[in-house]
Amino acid sequence: MMFIPHSDAERDEMLAAIGIQSMDDLFEAIPKRYRFPKINLHEGMTEIEASAQLKEIAEADLSVEDVSCFLGAGAYHHYIPAVIDNLISRGEFYTAYTPYQPEISQGTLQGIFEYQSLIARLTGMEAANASHYDGATACAEAGILAYHQFRGKRKKILVSPGLHPHYAAVMQTYLENFDGVHIEIPEFKSLDSVTPQNLADLIDEETAMVMVQYPDFFGQLFDYSEFAEIVHAKGALFCMSVNPIALGLLKTPGEMGADIVVGEGQPLGIPLSLGGPYLGLFAAKKDLIRKVSGRIVGETVDNRGQKAYVLTLTAREQHIRREKATSNICSNQGLNALTAAIYLSLLGKKGLQDVARLCYDKAHYAAERISKIPGFHVLNSTPFFHEFAVACPAPVSEINEHLLHHGILGGLDLSRMIPSLQNVMLIAVTELNSKEAIDDFCRILSGDENDDES
Amino acid sequence: MNIIPGFFYSKNDEWVEVKGTKATVGITDFAQNSLSDIVFVEISVSEGDHVEASDLIGTVESVKAASDVYTPVAGVVVAANESVIDNPELINADPFGKAWLIQVENEDGIDTSGLMNAEEYKTYCEGRG
Amino acid sequence: MMMNREQKTIFELSSEGRNGFRFPKSDVKAAELPNDLMRETLPLPELSEMDVVRHYTRLSALNYSVDTGFYPLGSCTMKYNPKICEKAARFSGFSQLHPLQPVETVQGALLILYEMQEILQEISGFHAASLTPAAGAHGEFSGVKMIAAYHNQRDNSRRKVMLIPDSAHGTNPASSVMCGFRVQPVNTNERGNIDLKSLAAYCNDELAGIMITNPNTLGLFDENLIEAIDMVHQAGGLVYGDGANMNALLGIAKPAELGFDVMHFNLHKTFATPHGGGGPGAGAVCCTERLRDFLPGPIAAVIEPATDELPPLYGWKMPEKSIGQVGSFWGHFDVIVKAYTYCLMLGRDGLKRVAEFATLNANYLMSALKDVYPLPYDRICMHEFVLDVKWPDAPDVRALDVAKRLMDYDFHPPTNYFPLIVHEALMIEPTETESKQTLDLFIEAMRSIAKEAHEQPELLHDAPVNTPFGRMDEVKAAKDLKITE
Repeated sequence: MMFIPHSDAERDEMLAAIGIQSMDDLFEAIPKRYRFPKINLHEGMTEIEASAQLKEIAEADLSVEDVSCFLGAGAYHHYIPAVIDNLISRGEFYTAYTPYQPEISQGTLQGIFEYQSLIARLTGMEAANASHYDGATACAEAGILAYHQFRGKRKKILVSPGLHPHYAAVMQTYLENFDGVHIEIPEFKSLDSVTPQNLADLIDEETAMVMVQYPDFFGQLFDYSEFAEIVHAKGALFCMSVNPIALGLLKTPGEMGADIVVGEGQPLGIPLSLGGPYLGLFAAKKDLIRKVSGRIVGETVDNRGQKAYVLTLTAREQHIRREKATSNICSNQGLNALTAAIYLSLLGKKGLQDVARLCYDKAHYAAERISKIPGFHVLNSTPFFHEFAVACPAPVSEINEHLLHHGILGGLDLSRMIPSLQNVMLIAVTELNSKEAIDDFCRILSGDENDDES
Repeated sequence: MNIIPGFFYSKNDEWVEVKGTKATVGITDFAQNSLSDIVFVEISVSEGDHVEASDLIGTVESVKAASDVYTPVAGVVVAANESVIDNPELINADPFGKAWLIQVENEDGIDTSGLMNAEEYKTYCEGRG
Repeated sequence: MMMNREQKTIFELSSEGRNGFRFPKSDVKAAELPNDLMRETLPLPELSEMDVVRHYTRLSALNYSVDTGFYPLGSCTMKYNPKICEKAARFSGFSQLHPLQPVETVQGALLILYEMQEILQEISGFHAASLTPAAGAHGEFSGVKMIAAYHNQRDNSRRKVMLIPDSAHGTNPASSVMCGFRVQPVNTNERGNIDLKSLAAYCNDELAGIMITNPNTLGLFDENLIEAIDMVHQAGGLVYGDGANMNALLGIAKPAELGFDVMHFNLHKTFATPHGGGGPGAGAVCCTERLRDFLPGPIAAVIEPATDELPPLYGWKMPEKSIGQVGSFWGHFDVIVKAYTYCLMLGRDGLKRVAEFATLNANYLMSALKDVYPLPYDRICMHEFVLDVKWPDAPDVRALDVAKRLMDYDFHPPTNYFPLIVHEALMIEPTETESKQTLDLFIEAMRSIAKEAHEQPELLHDAPVNTPFGRMDEVKAAKDLKITE
């Protein structure tokens, strides 16, 4: 029997030990008319059959490994070093439960402690938690933190139109039932209008938190140092959603004065997997730590005098505080946090700088090439990291269909998320886009399809 | 379990000591004992704040529980105990003394109606085992 | 003298100038950097590839896991995680898909999502499903929010009370509050069922609904369930099902037929996807017809039906009155592939056997332990049961001590101090994947510990001693708070 080890003889012995006649006797408590319903499913399969069927299904999909990918918008195609899958495939890691028994869970606990340390160092913050589900829910949890910080007295959460539209949507889903909270997002007018200056005018005494993205959804980079001062002058919290790879090069949110840093950790060695599971980064100033939801690991000693780690500050969490907990979150993205820790350890200081630099240089090369193609126009006028918006001479969906015929996964059709942005493509470039692939991409965009072999 | 005669007590295990128009508020020995080792104290009101009876004034946290603290009496906050914030273990050591949390003043007098006296509080605690 | 099992951190292992991974030289010219936006230092460790591999391999050896031993954690369903599921999820056609790819290029993935929705509906009797929630608590939040949206849409916004039995998981009240509800606990009676008298007092026009875990956290199928659900419905409330214990019901009863309106599944419990040391899981939410339009989205749907020549075209659909999006993208696809693979292999009969043998194993353990451990609710249990470690003749021994001592016998402790209504609770869930031999060894260990508790209680207070680490100073961790290095 699949994954059930009992022989018939063992089953009968066990039934006898319990003192019942048959398996059906185990379910007497269930009212008869509901017991043993008909289930209309197929019969089971062997591993060989299931494997073949799944392989066939997977082959119907177009893997980004088989194309040249320029799609980003919150999920990025980076190289995943072989070491990562090797280590996270250890059963001791991935088949373990939440480390509630620290005596036999130090592997997971130290892994999370190191993850927290790495995220704090990367973001320039003092503290980090053991992760949230993904970038979007981390943003929502930041909003909830801000609500509690002001005990519900400040009702406005000001969100930059440069925040990923999905993240803003999730913040809305999470926060709309909180007493009187409203999320204010200035309407998107043009890319040039998505600036800290334009946001600053909207901060008032009602504002609990101001949320920006860095680099923003359109790839734009701003120094938020002065902006942070304006936010703080109004007494509000300042939260930045970041791309962790960009922080290999860029000034940290900590240096700029952020109170909370969230972000999507997927670029740190986590596969694209159609959007999940990813990793919600969450870091904060130390004095906010007791208001941060989710698991936190702290250092301590055991009764033999060994340095060790435990889940700490658990009195804040739902399993103890129940309805008074600030969040219902129970799990963290344990294995993905471990993945990120391994990725950052392996790449280290130099590796992360290198990959960030490669993304930056290649994106700028691509932008420069594209800006020379007649009819195409790069909209970013401020510094950007590895993503930028391009005005196109035709609907992006048409261009993308054409690109796909040539084995290229084009950038995001921005009208899918921001209807006023017709004919604008958001292009992402990583270390995996070679110069040759970028040149091919530009060549197809320009309509020159000679020498095309695909 | 220690209970101080002359103090007033709330059902939420806070104590109040009244001196003229001033009152000092803290949590009881029973409360600290059921929380065990206190690791964190937050006082969420500051000098000059006006508080009504039953308003939240802070949180006391041990490794196994976190408990909100409410003021049993109304008034204007005239002092918050900084030293208990720095040394949360004071609550375990001296809940009725050094570990007071806030002082309030009310020129109309401190209203202790609805609170228990030491004898009543003792019975109340015994009833909870 | 015991070996010191402390491990240096990656920061302590770091050595300047080392590099564990090399990227190719750039094939494009260097672009000008925004000088005023550059960071000054990047305080990451510097390690070789082998440093990293050895460090994390050594850390892994300090963990207990399903792959190394028996994990009878109540309410957590720590069953075996089949390896084929891991392999399938790593197929490039699944793991290397961008969430925003055109739907035409991810038809295989959408087929899996669509069929997984159908499988969950068939097992549960519900009419619709969304796979977007990232975890059980996230599914719970989504489902409770659907109840809020349902009442709001019917202008019943005065319905603000969510009833929650006192035996419930802590996520239940926390999720309810996040959705704007006021939580009202409902008592459990002496047979471990919902107390109908306590329930009746709250069945009025402020009632929004009730959250019920069934089997409940005592491992019992609630004998008052049908009546309780009926009372809530009569009063205009809806019934939320916490699907944490669904492992006991596969093929045994359909929650929708029992009267539940909306429920979440924990794919990482019931469908054998790994727990990952704390996540990621996945928390699909299913519901009846009247709530389907409120599901979080988007969900996988047929957007062009099959023709004689062509298969159907799958795509995304946002339910009409959806509570909205609950995550960055479309849910934990990688976890869903594993759950789907598991369902493929087990099929109809295999899934029913899961519930049968999970229940058999739990009852076998319970009947072998109840003469030495107090059993507060003595009747046939479902997939788990709760002991109350209170011996009048060994008053100093607590549930925690038994739990810690079990580690010395190389078993993971059961869930302890939950549910809250049993003061010295040990909650034991063996799952169906454990053999009789393993269960017998566990019984032997538990009986031996009961004996020690009476004869040498210090063995329990000092435990564990055979583990890499001993009991922790949790007060120091919280007081001296060091959470980064």
